[in-house]
Amino acid sequence: MSGGGDILVRAEGLTKLFPISRNLFLRPTSFVHAVEDVSFLIKKGETLGLVGESGCGKTTLGKLLVKLLEPDSGHIYFPVDGEPRDVVTLPGRDLLRFRRQAQMIFQDPYESMNPRRTIYDTVAEPMVVQGIGSIREREKRVAEMLALVGVSPPQLYLFRYPHELSGGQRQRVAVARSLILNPSLVVADEPTSMLDVSVRSGVMKLMLELQQRFNISYLYVTHDLAVARYMCNRIAVMYCGKVVEMAEAEELLGHPLHPYTRALLSAAPDPDPGYVRPPVEIKGGVTTPVNPPKRCRFYDRCPMAAQVCEEKDHPPLEDKGGAHYVACYRV
Amino acid sequence: MTGEAVGLPLRASRWQVRARLLWRSWRESWALFSHNRVGLLGLGIIALFGLMALAHPVLIRTVWDPLIYDPVVGYSFDEVLQPAPPSARHLLGTDPLGRDILSQLMHSARAEFALGLMAALVTVLVGTAIGAVSAYYGGLIDALLMRMADIIVMMPTVSLLIVLGVLFDLNMYSLAIVIGIISGFGGTAIIIKSQALSLKVKPYIEAARVAGGSHRHIILVHIVPNLLPLAFLYMMFTVTAAIFSEAVLSFFGILNIRMSWGIMIHTAQNAGYLLGGTRYWWLLMPAGVSITLLCGSFYLVGRALDEVVNPRLRRR
Repeated sequence: MSGGGDILVRAEGLTKLFPISRNLFLRPTSFVHAVEDVSFLIKKGETLGLVGESGCGKTTLGKLLVKLLEPDSGHIYFPVDGEPRDVVTLPGRDLLRFRRQAQMIFQDPYESMNPRRTIYDTVAEPMVVQGIGSIREREKRVAEMLALVGVSPPQLYLFRYPHELSGGQRQRVAVARSLILNPSLVVADEPTSMLDVSVRSGVMKLMLELQQRFNISYLYVTHDLAVARYMCNRIAVMYCGKVVEMAEAEELLGHPLHPYTRALLSAAPDPDPGYVRPPVEIKGGVTTPVNPPKRCRFYDRCPMAAQVCEEKDHPPLEDKGGAHYVACYRV
Repeated sequence: MTGEAVGLPLRASRWQVRARLLWRSWRESWALFSHNRVGLLGLGIIALFGLMALAHPVLIRTVWDPLIYDPVVGYSFDEVLQPAPPSARHLLGTDPLGRDILSQLMHSARAEFALGLMAALVTVLVGTAIGAVSAYYGGLIDALLMRMADIIVMMPTVSLLIVLGVLFDLNMYSLAIVIGIISGFGGTAIIIKSQALSLKVKPYIEAARVAGGSHRHIILVHIVPNLLPLAFLYMMFTVTAAIFSEAVLSFFGILNIRMSWGIMIHTAQNAGYLLGGTRYWWLLMPAGVSITLLCGSFYLVGRALDEVVNPRLRRR
């Protein structure tokens, strides 16, 4: 588990708002608060899980971290060429260096590869755009990577097209592409959720193996708590653009403190047919992230809501002991 | 390196592998295309006209005396009355100026091909460039380009071409470029842009950006190659439009060209034979039928290609 360890990424106050009406002449007045004031850190070789329901901003946060999206405010500190830099304001040349270090694996293995390019083209692309290696070296490296992720024998697959591979194989190829530059951080956006259950664990095992081997840090986005427990050292729970709880995986799943986390856990399926589901505590539907009112985001649905939750802004994330962070006035 | 996957020896060179892959994808497309009878018919007709175009210079050099059979300055001394009806000497008769119609027809085929293909190429270049740039960058660039495209779509093409033909000295090449730009900047650009918009949000574009790919890399490597099949399809429709426009403009006599199918009809009309009913059929029919057939066959090929490009149209 993550005892001490050096810090790799430190995100501070990340915020991303999406304007709803995009007009050439008018300033937009409503925003989707996809991610708001989120701070966390990821240590070297550690996996931070990001769980939450659909639309809570998990994927947006992942994309902010690899600079696919620009945050509206906040900072991301990440070592580029050994010295920690604020990635948000990184100039073009250094940004290219940063891209070698931070990669992403996408949810849909069918859409994350250009159907007109061969597996070799796809996996070698990062080396090509970064100008690394000669053609021979690239071929050698791609073959190595394919063997490493279990798409073998590589020479049989190098010049195939994505549609000739199975879903599991494609996701393995996507893993190979993300690791070919030896990154230190990989954002995995639900990499197994589109896969058949039978190949899911294979891909997860592969990712853990490669993490051990190359000391990679993952930000693992998922909505599956069982997957999060298997993959992650620490877990952060997101609700409506906010991190509401963050702790070591076992601590969070064993002793959830935030009412939302508790509801999420009680909603997880249980394999025991005789299992009697405890009554669901929360009420109402998902809170809309469009111009949310200045109060606790979970107020409308919370079973423990009190006056303080409505009067004050969303509670800050506080350490409740043993690095267990919760954002709730009532805990 | 590794050619095993495509049935080449293991040590086959990289370019051999690439060539084999290209060949294979061509063969697959051809298999789809050849299912379509109508498309094959169109291709056959195009090939026929292609042969005619190629045969003309050979015939002039070997069998046909240029003095008599030259499509522009030849004169048939054997006939007493011009235009003369079809005979063994002149298979499709002669025109009012005593020139051989078959020779004119074959000579013009080459120019029509050159015009159609050039206009189509310009269309693809312009349409793909504008569609891709407009979709990829969005914002102000997109707004400007698309409003310009709207204006071009709004204008009636033939009338615009007539005005341009009167104002400027248009020959076959400048006409091809003008038609290519009008077609490429107008409807084709809008259609290609909509396709590019759906490509732009694909995760593989994001993967390329995460890898550090520049805008140029993403547009040229990921967007344009995926647009080309659609662009190729609209290329076929542009050929039809170009040949048709040429005929119209030549009929009005406002193109600076020596001979074309449109000019042949123009000649017949100028000499007063247009209203002669079917008595002077050989003055009108060969050129008219050729225009219709060639336009139609490019259209048919386009429709068949549509099925190859657009999997939803396939009948399986």
